[in-house]
Amino acid sequence: MAAQILSAIFVIIIGVGGCVAYFWGANKLVDLIFPSRGVAGAAAIDNLRRQGLVRPWLFVGPAMIILTVYLIYPVVATLWLSFLDRGGQHFVGFANYEWAFGDREFRNSILNNIIWLAVVPAACTFLGLIIAVLTDKIWWGTIAKSLIFLPLAISFVGASVIWKFIYEYRGEGQVQIGLLNSIIQYFGGQPQVWISLPFWNNFFLMIILIWIQTGFAMVILSSALRGIPEETLEAAVIDGANPFQIFWKIMVPQIWGTIAVVWTTITILVLKVFDIVLTMTNGQWNSQVLANLMFDWMFRGGGDFGRGATIAIIIMIAVIPIMVWNIRQANKETGGH
Amino acid sequence: MAVATGKSFASRFGVHIAVLIFVAIWTVPTLGILVSSLRDKDQIIASGWWNSFSSSTQTEAGRLPAASAQVEKDGKFVLAGNIFGDAAARNISAFGVKSAAPTQYPAGTTADLGDGVTLQLNADGTFVMSSPKAFEGDRGQRVYYASSAPPKFTTDNYNTVLFSEGIGRSFMNSLTVTIPATVIPILIAAFAAYALAWMRFPGRALLIAVIIGLLVVPLQMSLIPLLKLYNGVGTFFGVPSKTYLGIWLAHTGFGLPFAIYLLRSYIAGLPREIMESARIDGASDFEIFVKIVLPLSFPVLASFAIFQFLWVWNDLLVAMVFLGTEGDQIVLTAKLNALLGSRGGDWEILTTSAFVTIIVPLIVFFSLQRYFVRGLLAGSVKGG
Repeated sequence: MAAQILSAIFVIIIGVGGCVAYFWGANKLVDLIFPSRGVAGAAAIDNLRRQGLVRPWLFVGPAMIILTVYLIYPVVATLWLSFLDRGGQHFVGFANYEWAFGDREFRNSILNNIIWLAVVPAACTFLGLIIAVLTDKIWWGTIAKSLIFLPLAISFVGASVIWKFIYEYRGEGQVQIGLLNSIIQYFGGQPQVWISLPFWNNFFLMIILIWIQTGFAMVILSSALRGIPEETLEAAVIDGANPFQIFWKIMVPQIWGTIAVVWTTITILVLKVFDIVLTMTNGQWNSQVLANLMFDWMFRGGGDFGRGATIAIIIMIAVIPIMVWNIRQANKETGGH
Repeated sequence: MAVATGKSFASRFGVHIAVLIFVAIWTVPTLGILVSSLRDKDQIIASGWWNSFSSSTQTEAGRLPAASAQVEKDGKFVLAGNIFGDAAARNISAFGVKSAAPTQYPAGTTADLGDGVTLQLNADGTFVMSSPKAFEGDRGQRVYYASSAPPKFTTDNYNTVLFSEGIGRSFMNSLTVTIPATVIPILIAAFAAYALAWMRFPGRALLIAVIIGLLVVPLQMSLIPLLKLYNGVGTFFGVPSKTYLGIWLAHTGFGLPFAIYLLRSYIAGLPREIMESARIDGASDFEIFVKIVLPLSFPVLASFAIFQFLWVWNDLLVAMVFLGTEGDQIVLTAKLNALLGSRGGDWEILTTSAFVTIIVPLIVFFSLQRYFVRGLLAGSVKGG
């Protein structure tokens, strides 16, 4: 154990130190090559100008290289790989796409992803909004919010174990130690193997993601609600609006922009959901989703990169509208400057 | 928001109840694994964790001694002793001799087994079995009994998972992956963010647009080409393709767009006058960055650090692809996933391992919640 801790500290120092050394060293180097101090007037100004040309690239250089290698190049390469065969050797045209839409498992994944997209963002946003409104009215609201926010820190794998324990099924005659089956039994129902019930098991997996993400929606929406001017609400009360009218007709329209942001953020997350399905069912019992199917094909039978890449491209296509909307929003914001 | 407060007592009461229910749903699942991880492993399967503070009842089977232990007394053949033997005594509430009716007779009563054979089993486990004829055979009578054990809490499960299931090692691996994968992107992103906010160079606007676009590119797009690249580099240089350096850089790459986006919008908002007066005093960009911008940006650096830390610690996908699913480099999440497969029903192992994996994020989260929330708000409300 001690040896492992030491070697861990050693690698950490090497990794972080190397990074610090680059920035410090590169800047020192520029100062040495184009000295601006201790040099006569015109030369100093010249060198300062040269420094100004070089230095920004020293600053953004590492970021640009890493972004290119880890994101930009792979996007292009994945697109290209989706037209190649399993080993990435031969061009096969649209064969992978044809395979995908003819494959039962793939179509099942698409269907499941659509259900996930329809349910999870809506449920998180709705629950988050309700909780944000309710907790604002009580003295222990901050504590309540902290506790509901907490699952956001838990990994998907950890959350899967937590919920698998809740869904646990024990055979006939044994004590049900899963909370859900125990409650069902208490009310006279029949215990079930929840995660292998075709179609419905999707919802039991979705509950895990909703449980994690509601806290996120709640925090963002809660801060947006605080931004609603006090006078607006007072005016509504004076005009005799009841709490439901205030909620639906005053609050919700005021924070519509924030709701959209929360919705899209969770939508992107849902498209990438992988860990929960892998750990709970690994796609068995018709619960497959695209991200897990893709991971599966990366390694199945030694790996089929063509099919894996094709599935990745299909996930990407679903994200593109959100990406375009994001860039437009950002341009609008910086356009004013 | 004081306006929206309910007027009647009933509606205010309703709000408290509703929030209480939400809080319960959001905390009880986690509480379940915490409590279970501290319970005795036999009790976990004997009763639900919500019953762990009351005695747990379980039905067990035992065997009475063989015929050779009998003594003759008053013309009857008698077998006597304690069914628990040397094991810790428990409290028996009922017993039986048929598996279909394991709790047929209350403890302390005498059961008539037919042919004049009687069996009495007391609450403390002592039994007396007597028969008018001599007992035969070398297998004793099978007895079923419902016993209850007092609640038992232990840290044995933690000892087991940390030192014999390999969770301790994975914990160190997770730290080895997470710390550099948090620090390196901060450094790289901070320099880039400063350049994008305060330095003039051609292509700056395009670069910003590209970074915002990359914010939403799914990780899945990168996996296959990078896996090929890593394998290629590994073969070419004759080095292993699954290394800590490889995963640090991968996490750096995937975290950079958000890091640059978050830091740039904060650094761009720093007051211009400070930068300009420093420049007039002859400070170079490097000096301005290190001495002025970095200290002023502490809150946003902390926000991003927490995000990235949680993200990397909780990540499964990148770790599985770039560090592997077996061997001595396996991280906590991947280890937990492997245990789900290999120790499927062993809840004492699973709940304890799960709690070990979530405890670090929970501590980070609770102690630094303020920065986390700030980062969340800055990161999502403004753009995407």
